[in-house]
Amino acid sequence: MAWLLIVLPLLAAVVAFVPASAPFRVRLLPAAGVLHLAALVAILAATRPANTGLEAWLRLDPLGGWTLLVISALFCVCACYAPAYLALRPERDNRVFTSSFLCFLGLASLLAQAHHPGLVWVAMETTTLCTAPLIYFNHNRRSLEATWKYLIIGSVGIALALLGTLFLAYSARMGGLQEPLFYTVLMENGARLSRPWLRAGFVLALVGYGTKMGLAPLHTWKPDAYGESPGVIGALLAGGVTSCAFLALLRTFAVAAAAGELAFARELMLGMGLLSMLWAAVFMVRQLDIRRLLAYSSVEHMGILAFGIGIGGRAAVFALYHLAANALVKGVLFMSAGNINRSYASKRLPHVTGAVRRTPVSGWLFFLGFLAIAGTPPFAPFISEFNLAAVALARPSLWAGAAFLVLLGGIFLAMGDTVVQVVFGTPPADRVRTPYRDTAATTLPLVLALLLTAALGLWLPDPVGAMLRSAAHLVEGQP
Amino acid sequence: MLTDLLIAFILLTNFALSVTSRISKAIQLAVVQGTLLGLLPLAMGLGRHLHILLIVAATVGVKGWLIPYLFRRATRQLKLPREVQPYLGFTTSLVLCALGTGLALLLSSVLPLAPAAPAPGVAHQVLAGGGCALFVPASLSTLLTGFILLITRRNALTQVVGYLVLENGIYLFGLMLVEDMPLLVETGILLDLFVGIFIMGIVINHITAAFDSMDTHRLAELKD
Repeated sequence: MAWLLIVLPLLAAVVAFVPASAPFRVRLLPAAGVLHLAALVAILAATRPANTGLEAWLRLDPLGGWTLLVISALFCVCACYAPAYLALRPERDNRVFTSSFLCFLGLASLLAQAHHPGLVWVAMETTTLCTAPLIYFNHNRRSLEATWKYLIIGSVGIALALLGTLFLAYSARMGGLQEPLFYTVLMENGARLSRPWLRAGFVLALVGYGTKMGLAPLHTWKPDAYGESPGVIGALLAGGVTSCAFLALLRTFAVAAAAGELAFARELMLGMGLLSMLWAAVFMVRQLDIRRLLAYSSVEHMGILAFGIGIGGRAAVFALYHLAANALVKGVLFMSAGNINRSYASKRLPHVTGAVRRTPVSGWLFFLGFLAIAGTPPFAPFISEFNLAAVALARPSLWAGAAFLVLLGGIFLAMGDTVVQVVFGTPPADRVRTPYRDTAATTLPLVLALLLTAALGLWLPDPVGAMLRSAAHLVEGQP
Repeated sequence: MLTDLLIAFILLTNFALSVTSRISKAIQLAVVQGTLLGLLPLAMGLGRHLHILLIVAATVGVKGWLIPYLFRRATRQLKLPREVQPYLGFTTSLVLCALGTGLALLLSSVLPLAPAAPAPGVAHQVLAGGGCALFVPASLSTLLTGFILLITRRNALTQVVGYLVLENGIYLFGLMLVEDMPLLVETGILLDLFVGIFIMGIVINHITAAFDSMDTHRLAELKD
């Protein structure tokens, strides 16, 4: 039944694009989001169905299931917030917005279930294409520039990932393996893959999918795309599209690990991870644009994910856990920042100060979101960041753990400087106040997401924990 | 032999692309290259497989007809500058392209190739003939040419041509695996390429309307 998760959102997208009236379309979003999440939880809780022909191509394994759970939860939050946002923008037609939004959910479900490298690539490329119109939602020169950069840089990156996929297939061909080359086939026959082609394929996949994740130095589209699109789109990009790309990268990582190249792949991930954190830290210092600040925070957290996989072992479990922590908190941050920006009609620092007085709920949500993402208990990012540092320090590679902690501290200071001014500064007297006020519709989904993050930090249900552990085993190449 | 000839032509289009000063010419060259690529499986003697015939038809259709149609539509509606407006001179581009081809030849001589060490269990040894050793260097060199075009041209339309050439390079590599590549995947890849170019075309239309120019140099408002 899992294929319904792919088909239904795509069908809803078609309905939203063709016949539906504008109010119906808007109501379709939360309905689809809640339904998708409920169906996914039911499928994950159910016992495994028997093997069918389709099963080899599309199947929810622990790794894909966990990633899709994260994406679906974030989508649910975004979809419940979107109607209120669209109501604030009556001048923009919401047809393309809603159908692209729903399309993304269907394609993410396809990516999470796909077990053929080619199919994964197709799903990833299509998410790039269907999110491009979302970035252009504001229809002005700045969003146009952001969309062009996103399309060109994203497409070139994804093209390199395709070359990596072909290299992987060629390495299997040299090992005498036959198509269709499912990931399970590649992992079981890891020893037969040709090493030079496998290594080159992994590097290309890292560059290609890393571009979509936004790992430094391939992140250059990120501040522009996140900065110029609406907050709710920023949330979906920073938590959803990046998680998709991370999953695609992990699939290739698992093949490399199963073929006995684990040490090589880990070193590359560790290096990219720390570089991303360093790059983000440098650009966060005195960053006056709130959205760009959040974009660099996203670069940092993609770095943390790569760092966790690079350390490996127990750290891989916490890296996967961090995927959920990052996605939910990024949702809160981007959407509350969107509310604040709407109230001030600006997203730059000298204009936007004292948000707790103008928009108290969004202001506090933004501040708590910042504390959460920086690793303050009891929120979920604390658990993952603390444990990642602990595992890294316990390993022989002491320097990596030390660098991780120093970078986290530096980023906390750099980000905190801007956030505290935005939230607690004196509101500028000369700045006109737009009619925007916090309402239940624009804040309640965010409050729920933040509560979920706190709950996840305090208590992880046993089945979820087991799923995370088996997903981490899969990433390390043990099917 | 026919395969070698086609690959040689593809390499020549690379060089021609790096020195072309007219946009319409660059588009034509990219289309010729795409069509040659599309016909390559027939030259490799794979015409007996039905799914490969389908792929040939789809590739020639998309790269030789649909994409040029999109480009023609874009150029008819827009006031197109005739020149490609490069950041780098044509001589430099040509030298870079030649260096890239040399590098590709060097690199592929280091990488192990399937025909050099015939793997047990592979049913069809299409590449067992010595002539097809050109595939990897030609693919990498086309890829590099695409990169050069993407980076050194400032016109949005020429950047799309660069992306197309880059994709051609990857497709050329994919041809070594075409025999047992699932049709589903192949179709998905072609469809994505087509939709990608289509969306880029729409964005170019908007860029021209908003900036009154296709010069990506003007897209420089967003920075830190």
